[in-house]
Amino acid sequence: VKIYATYNIKGGVGKTTAAVNLAYLSANDGNRTLLWDLDPQGAASFLFRIKPRVKGGGRALIRGTKTLDAAIKGTDFDDLDLLPADFTYRNMDLLLGGTNTKPTRRIAQLLRPLADEYDHVFLDCPPSISLVSENVMHAADVLLVPIIPTTLSLRTLDQLTEFVAGFNGHRPEVRAFFSMADRRKKLHREIIQDLSSERAMVSPTAIPSLSVIERMSVERAPVTAFAPRTQAARAYRTLWAELTSAEPGPAEVRAIRAPATASSEGLGRLA
Amino acid sequence: MTPDLRDFQLDGGVGEAPAGVRASGTHQASDSISAVLDALAPAFGIVPERGAAGSGTRRRTWLDTFDWRLNRAGLALTYEHARHGGRLLLTAKTGRDGTSQDGTSQAEQPAPGWQPRRPALAEDLPGGPVKDRIAKLAAPRALLPVVTTSTTVSVNRLTNPDGKTVARLIVEASTVTHAGVTVSLPARLTIAEVRGYPAQARRAARLLADAPGVAPATRSLMAEALSALRRHPADYTNSVDAEITAQMPAPVAVATLLLRLLDTLEQNVDGVIRDIDTEFLHDLRVSVRRTRSAIKLLGDVLPAGLAEQYGPEFKWLGDLTTPTRDLDVHLLGLPAMAEQLRAASPEDLEPFRAFLARRRAREFKTLATAMRSPRFRTLTDHWRKALVEVRDAATPRRQKAPRKQKTAAELATTRTARVFRKVTAQGGAITNDSKPESLHDLRKRCKELRYLLEFFAPLYDPVAYKKVVGDLKQLQDCLGEFQDSEVQREEIRVLADAMLADRAAPAATLLAMGEIAAQLAESQVQARADFSRRFARFAGPEGQQRVRTLLEEAVSTQ
Repeated sequence: VKIYATYNIKGGVGKTTAAVNLAYLSANDGNRTLLWDLDPQGAASFLFRIKPRVKGGGRALIRGTKTLDAAIKGTDFDDLDLLPADFTYRNMDLLLGGTNTKPTRRIAQLLRPLADEYDHVFLDCPPSISLVSENVMHAADVLLVPIIPTTLSLRTLDQLTEFVAGFNGHRPEVRAFFSMADRRKKLHREIIQDLSSERAMVSPTAIPSLSVIERMSVERAPVTAFAPRTQAARAYRTLWAELTSAEPGPAEVRAIRAPATASSEGLGRLA
Repeated sequence: MTPDLRDFQLDGGVGEAPAGVRASGTHQASDSISAVLDALAPAFGIVPERGAAGSGTRRRTWLDTFDWRLNRAGLALTYEHARHGGRLLLTAKTGRDGTSQDGTSQAEQPAPGWQPRRPALAEDLPGGPVKDRIAKLAAPRALLPVVTTSTTVSVNRLTNPDGKTVARLIVEASTVTHAGVTVSLPARLTIAEVRGYPAQARRAARLLADAPGVAPATRSLMAEALSALRRHPADYTNSVDAEITAQMPAPVAVATLLLRLLDTLEQNVDGVIRDIDTEFLHDLRVSVRRTRSAIKLLGDVLPAGLAEQYGPEFKWLGDLTTPTRDLDVHLLGLPAMAEQLRAASPEDLEPFRAFLARRRAREFKTLATAMRSPRFRTLTDHWRKALVEVRDAATPRRQKAPRKQKTAAELATTRTARVFRKVTAQGGAITNDSKPESLHDLRKRCKELRYLLEFFAPLYDPVAYKKVVGDLKQLQDCLGEFQDSEVQREEIRVLADAMLADRAAPAATLLAMGEIAAQLAESQVQARADFSRRFARFAGPEGQQRVRTLLEEAVSTQ
């Protein structure tokens, strides 16, 4: 199983739309795919018309009194399942902190029994710096970071890379892509052009800011499913093709890792 | 998609059209399907799902041996037609409450170039897991197409108020085409569960069960399709299975039994002439032997002259089939013999095999010509007519027959007891010094006894019958081994001469044949050594008592 997580410290940058569309494309390719909506707001659950509720709440899942398996719901699409959000996820930091051993590895541990059942797991992470996001980073193989083309976003991306590079053992690969890009803005165009050519970790594919993406909340389906021929759907498909085929080689991965110490403080510097 | 919750079917399929309406089953089916959708509509939104996984049209051909070996082993083999090479799918019947539902998948494999319409031996299948599972089970029989269906699958999503799919209704509309006529089968309905929504699927299944015209599907699609063709699974067996009752007048019982043997014989004619596999001829020969035994042992209750007229005709038929069958037996046994060679290598036998195959082809031609001859057709046609006359003449039940007529039970017990006495006397007289002929004679008596028991099997207590026949079979196997080893050894000598005359006999082959002859001699010695033990078990004091009880009870339960 390969675990992808969409993460950004900021909200409203297109994390959920990316998770929903990429998960759909993964399933559409015939991969058995699970999307875990970790955001208590439950936007991904809403987009798949699934009630944002888990019996026993986040507590039962984190403590292990209810298995993830039992909470999973089938979406309307073949090979695509969803683990719904629950409002109690807002307290997930406390729940994770309450677990005895390795509170930063609990989510990875919970996902392990599902390894045989799914080819791809997507984690849609709430925007925050928290124990939840650190858990997600430890669990993920690929950290997908949507960034808005501004100079400030780049700084936070660098900080995130640095933080992840300091992990002991398993480190997720960081892959960034531009989201909500406005081709009419000169600055957007320049930043996208410069950055994607400068850094291997930044995808040359940018997800445009288009109203058809906003329409997802009306259609309650991935744009790649209800409007597969639009520019937005094409962009997600290109991004997914990049993620699945052109994995960066080991040299490039090394280049993006700066030495740093792994700690929650490190994450704090991202703020 | 998901475990299927439960299978249902719509009635209003075959033959259920109102009188006088030549109903296309499809019209009716579509009416019933709208009734089903109406039943689900109050609880669910219903949205047809285009391009859903598993939707579309699929053509399937069920395959089995002529004697239904796969079906009897609880398996179903289908060939799934596809534009570019189909595939074979093996499933096990695991229906609830033992019904023959379409079962769980056991194995599948692609079958490029396979033509399901043409019979083929299992060993000729392309290699794969299906072949591995069934080759031994089916051998030496060929796989034949049983029935072909065409199924159109459509999927409807059942949604909740949020528009979320919480279950699916799968409708399978199938047709079966036979001799140019297409018949619609009852449509099958399945509720497929969506993960995480089990309660909704159960609810949909409940609504479906209560919908008008819907009933649980109890039969497999294959059984349904066969039923439309007025057939049913496992509708061939070479066991006697005649419908005989104890009170039946003896002539009626004998005619019934002979008609049943004639049915089996005729069912195998086509397979013999087309040379589909060796067992058609085998089963045909068994029917002929049984018929001859019945004529010999029971024929005196038939109208005068019948036995005398037909006895020789069936001897002609039996003799006609012998050369081909003998060569079949050699060819079928050859691989096992080759495996046991110690000095020679299996390849040495190839010229022998080729020689046997050539001879077999020649003998088969003669056989097939005779089976197409007017003499054969006349024999079966006239025999049937004569037997039907006997059976039907006595059928209208008069109040108490004027003179006391022998019943089936009386006939069975007296004749069986007589042959059993012969068996015990002849067998009891055999000592270690007895000539082989005395064992050959005993074998014939045992065969007659076995046939008599089988003819009247419905009159006996099944448990006691099984025990008696089981012990008898062991004795027969021993006697068969003893005689067949001798006969085959003698035949190998004759064949070796013939091969030499044809200059078709390399020295290595003759040596290998010699080794086989030695193996046969060894088996014969072994069989001779086993004889007294097997005989004692069947016809010793306990065995005699068992047979007496069996026969007495058949009379007393009249």
